[in-house]
Amino acid sequence: MAESISRISTAANREQAQSETEAGVLRRSQRRAWGGRLLFFSSLLALWWGLAASGVWSASLLPSPAAVAASLAEIGASGLLLPAIATSAQRMMIGYVISLAVGTMLGLALAQVRAVDETLGPVVTGLQSLPSISWLPPALLWFGAGEAAVLFVIVMGAVWSIAQAVRSGVRSLPPLTLRAAQMLGAHGPRLWWHVLLPATLPTFLTGMRLGWAFAWRALMAGELLSRSLRPGVGRLLSQGRDTQDMAMMLAVIVVILAFGLAVDRLLFLPLERVVARRWGVEGA
Amino acid sequence: MPVSIQRVSKTYNRYGTSVDALDDVSLNIPDGQFVSLVGPSGCGKSTLLSLVGGLETLSRGQISRTGQPAIVFQEAALFPWRTVLDNVAFGLQLRGVGKRERRDRAASALRMVHLARFAEAYPYELSGGMRQRAAIARALVLDPTVLLMDEPFGALDAQTRALLQDELLSVWERTRKTVLFVTHSLDEALILSDRVVLFSARPGRIVADVAVEAPRPRDTADPPLAALQRHLRDLLAAEVEKVARAEMDADWEGAAVTAPSPEQNVGADI
Ligand SMILES: Nc1ncnc2c1ncn2[C@@H]1O[C@H](COP(=O)(O)OP(=O)(O)O)[C@@H](O)[C@H]1O
Ligand SMILES: [Mg+2]
Repeated sequence: MAESISRISTAANREQAQSETEAGVLRRSQRRAWGGRLLFFSSLLALWWGLAASGVWSASLLPSPAAVAASLAEIGASGLLLPAIATSAQRMMIGYVISLAVGTMLGLALAQVRAVDETLGPVVTGLQSLPSISWLPPALLWFGAGEAAVLFVIVMGAVWSIAQAVRSGVRSLPPLTLRAAQMLGAHGPRLWWHVLLPATLPTFLTGMRLGWAFAWRALMAGELLSRSLRPGVGRLLSQGRDTQDMAMMLAVIVVILAFGLAVDRLLFLPLERVVARRWGVEGA
Repeated sequence: MPVSIQRVSKTYNRYGTSVDALDDVSLNIPDGQFVSLVGPSGCGKSTLLSLVGGLETLSRGQISRTGQPAIVFQEAALFPWRTVLDNVAFGLQLRGVGKRERRDRAASALRMVHLARFAEAYPYELSGGMRQRAAIARALVLDPTVLLMDEPFGALDAQTRALLQDELLSVWERTRKTVLFVTHSLDEALILSDRVVLFSARPGRIVADVAVEAPRPRDTADPPLAALQRHLRDLLAAEVEKVARAEMDADWEGAAVTAPSPEQNVGADI
């Protein structure tokens, strides 16, 4: 009874989100986590600095953090960096949207149609473990040396984990959720849209996040290998290699990392938090 | 008759074995009656509700009913991504009712179960009892002639259950729905219903069908009700014992001699 009363009051004060003490504790623990991180990364930077300064390796193999930062500023100022990021981001957008659409439909088909699961199921599992950059050589022949080939590689990277996530999300739905939906009159496409997809959102998001990471890797590899494409971020890396400019290569790697991390932290993580909170308690 | 069940049997076929869940059940339920179904677990009570609700197909016999019944399950099974109000309004949304009207109707259903204050809350913010009330509102908003309830209070603590029983009775007295209420508690059945139907161990057959005429609110300690309770309890105990004996037999000799039950099959798959 005490528990139900406390839940009632939580619900009644939900505009306040958290009580002051709760918010305080949370803020303090977050501050501590950030403090730890700051310490860790500055030690790492100091170590790198020390190694570079020690002269054990030449500066062309291990440039100092300052040289990398300078190189980053230089490619930024030269007008190469921003268009390259824009090009890569645009490819990701297009490829990822296609992957989402195809992966979702494939996942629903796998979950709901036994014949599809028995035939395509193992294929999907198999293809998931294939590095999608393997598709680049055939794709260049099939689609020509253009955008379509690199989009194909992105889709081949992202689509499987999205499909798997949708499949296992739908499969692990509480049976009562389905019966309730059925009882209320949800069938066919409306069952998919109003019930199956939102119900699987937590699993779906995990798959989306994974798919995004695979797609980003695939794109970088594709841009690195294919010289006929409009230059993206991956291409800057191969330019660094051509001029044997280690500082530039490391600077580009930092950009690639930062982009992937930014999307993960600014888009997927907040989404996952909201969903986990709301979906978490009521399992059935 | 809003619900008429004629000589209904149900056999499930799964993993190559078949399970007889119901055997030759007939039941006529007049308009506005509150009927409780009681029986040992696994005797086919949920199956009967699913058949009446149209969620399962029957093997033999016939069921006729007025309109599409609404069901309340043991767990609320609310959609966590919708507010309480939108959960209640979902059935209307599927029926093409306009946004304004369905929100009004959902809100009045929520008022009926005293949950109006939590219309904009999400399910995770509610207690178990509140969720179950939302599930009742979700069923009532469809204005069904027949309300099917499958152990709706079975997962609640005793105080909450008593509270919800009172609320259900007051809702029923106002709306006079025909109610089929499954419970494993004889007490609950006797406090709530006009009529108690007792089922045998699987395959479910009707072993008793008694009217409860005592005026509400009821107290199972009152002599006439207590006598009825003793009578039904003895019948129920005999059926429960049959189930227990059957389960032990399965444990001892089942693997070697008798056909495995579906539950065993799952484990013995490898
Ligand atoms: N979908 C199903 N497939 C196979 N067997 C089922 C299914 N649903 C129920 N059963 C079996 O039918 C019998 C009756 O189940 P149920 O109606 O749930 O009983 P109760 O609600 O009275 O406990 C049980 O033996 C159960 O294992
Ligand atoms: Mg049951």
